[in-house]
Amino acid sequence: MTDTHDTEADVVLGEEDAPVADEVQGPEEERRQLHDVWVSGTEERFPFSKATDEGAQEFLPRDEDPALLIQEGIVVDDDYVEAPAVVEEERQIINMGPQHPSTHGVLRLQLELEGETIRRVKPIIGYLHTGMEKTAETLNYAQGSTNVTRMDYLAPFHNELAYSLAVEQLLGIDVPPRADAIRVLMTELNRVSSHLLWAATMGMDIGALSMMIYGWREREVCLDFFEKTTGLRMNHNYIRPGGVAADLPDGWEADIANLISLVNEGVDEYEELLNENPIFLDRTMGVGVILPEECKQYGVTGPIARASGLDWDLRKQTPYCGIDQYEFTVPTGLHGDVHDRYEVRIEEIRQSLGIVLQVVDSMPLGDYRTPDPKVTPPPRKRIDESMEALIHHFKLFTEGIMVPPGTAYQSVEGPRGEVGCYLVSKGGARPWRMHWRAPSFAAVQALPAMMTDSLVADVVAALASTDPVLGDVDR
Amino acid sequence: MTDIERDLDDAAPDAETTDRRLPDHPTIAALLEPIGAATFEVKKNASSDAIYHTMAVPVSEWVGFASSAKDAGFDLFIDLAAVDHYTHAPRFEVALNLVSMTENLRIIVTTRVPYDDPTVPSVTGVFAGANFYEREAYDLFGIDFPGHPDLTRILMPDDWEGYPLRKDYDIGAVPVEFKAGSADL
Repeated sequence: MTDTHDTEADVVLGEEDAPVADEVQGPEEERRQLHDVWVSGTEERFPFSKATDEGAQEFLPRDEDPALLIQEGIVVDDDYVEAPAVVEEERQIINMGPQHPSTHGVLRLQLELEGETIRRVKPIIGYLHTGMEKTAETLNYAQGSTNVTRMDYLAPFHNELAYSLAVEQLLGIDVPPRADAIRVLMTELNRVSSHLLWAATMGMDIGALSMMIYGWREREVCLDFFEKTTGLRMNHNYIRPGGVAADLPDGWEADIANLISLVNEGVDEYEELLNENPIFLDRTMGVGVILPEECKQYGVTGPIARASGLDWDLRKQTPYCGIDQYEFTVPTGLHGDVHDRYEVRIEEIRQSLGIVLQVVDSMPLGDYRTPDPKVTPPPRKRIDESMEALIHHFKLFTEGIMVPPGTAYQSVEGPRGEVGCYLVSKGGARPWRMHWRAPSFAAVQALPAMMTDSLVADVVAALASTDPVLGDVDR
Repeated sequence: MTDIERDLDDAAPDAETTDRRLPDHPTIAALLEPIGAATFEVKKNASSDAIYHTMAVPVSEWVGFASSAKDAGFDLFIDLAAVDHYTHAPRFEVALNLVSMTENLRIIVTTRVPYDDPTVPSVTGVFAGANFYEREAYDLFGIDFPGHPDLTRILMPDDWEGYPLRKDYDIGAVPVEFKAGSADL
């Protein structure tokens, strides 16, 4: 990515590396101006500081940066000693991304470095913005879940579930117990597959390369089951308003039993590989710390908040789909560092597998869709027998599901935190407005709180531990 | 612009029900008492017994209400969303979603601002996490948040014109050139 800043960084760097030469010996005023480019408010003086289509190319002045002001007074648990004030010329700005492999997508971080220490971080997003909230306004409620499943592409079931529950909240309908149980089964398996992929990429980012292969291996077992059930490995469009798209396939109990034993075995293997690995511990303990107060301020939920010690899980606080009837515990951490997030997520995999096991044991019989004819199309055979069935079928597929006016907010506990769907209906078959409360959006916003005053090598570890999905951030 | 003005002239008052009583829950009743005329609603989650409260406050009370909500225990910032009601004046709505972790309560506070002055004071001073969300609302709806430290576009490119999630902003499409039916072939 060519970037005016890179060129500029080269200039500054070149100047720094060169022996004290004539051009550096310029008047004090000139050098100050050169530095001002990186601070702010000097568009008229230095053309490189102007905003481009890459986004704003400069930081706010230090005394206006709210993230920095919040950082004031926070002790960072790190093994370096903060150097005394360094002359400002030694600061440089590095653009990390948007194509950096450890950003897991297209996230760009502007890092202001003082030697090896990060003094300021500015996350820049929007590279994957495809206007899904606008698209949703043109799709009817039956088509909507096809759209939302593509937002957080690693947790599609959670997006579908939040959307379907929001629509059901507006419709005022309940789904049969079997649909609820299938929804819990699929979302918990999705949490497992998402955390497995996180473990894989996290391992790769901090140098445990075999972890990468192992994580994908176990995730594949989950995706095989998704494919067998929904027909697709990702973007399932399986959980829909009124229930789920299809019943579970024949022999699903055996598949689940096989999956649980394979994943459990795999997770044991990860722990054997990582838990006492001194390199892994060194790179994760005390790194990327976020305090519980900062989590609340920035809206960070999910495993990151739980690793900071906030005991907050929507499955316990506002249970949905009857998930409160299953026994599970919510793991929390103490330090809020990368290592605690690792432990919380590994334990969440085990707890989710426990829920899945209970669902298998108690799967109720019955319909997997609501019998409401205004929401669920009639079975094919009924169309030949009943005029009403034919009319309902025709209306559903020409107009779509009619939803009364109102506003609904519904959230579920996704693998990355609270996934919320804020749905405004003015009546009719299409939502007036659909807003998504994306957990990764809040997590990316909190990155400065995690990274400021840490070492540049820890950026990758801290970023990987937040598990951002850029499709979810940019929507 | 004339289309919008004509639509706004035809605007009907919002048909949402208004409830002037105070809510049953003591924390939320105490929160709403100073506002007096605020409307509130108790809503139930789907597939669950969980409830949440929605309330509308005037824009002049916006920051003060967020601040007192934070003092009352609603200190987990969840979400800030904007809605364009278009033909229903006042046109824009901003919804703030807060959670009290101690009492396991959720409130959604809304306020409405008109098309000709879409200005909502920023709550970034109360909840630092509103930063990105207000930038998103500014980017996609053109709502101004005075007091925001860095109100720039966040999802769209910096040189983008217009506010895409407004209802009068077309989706746009690349015209398809159909060749099969033309006389040349």
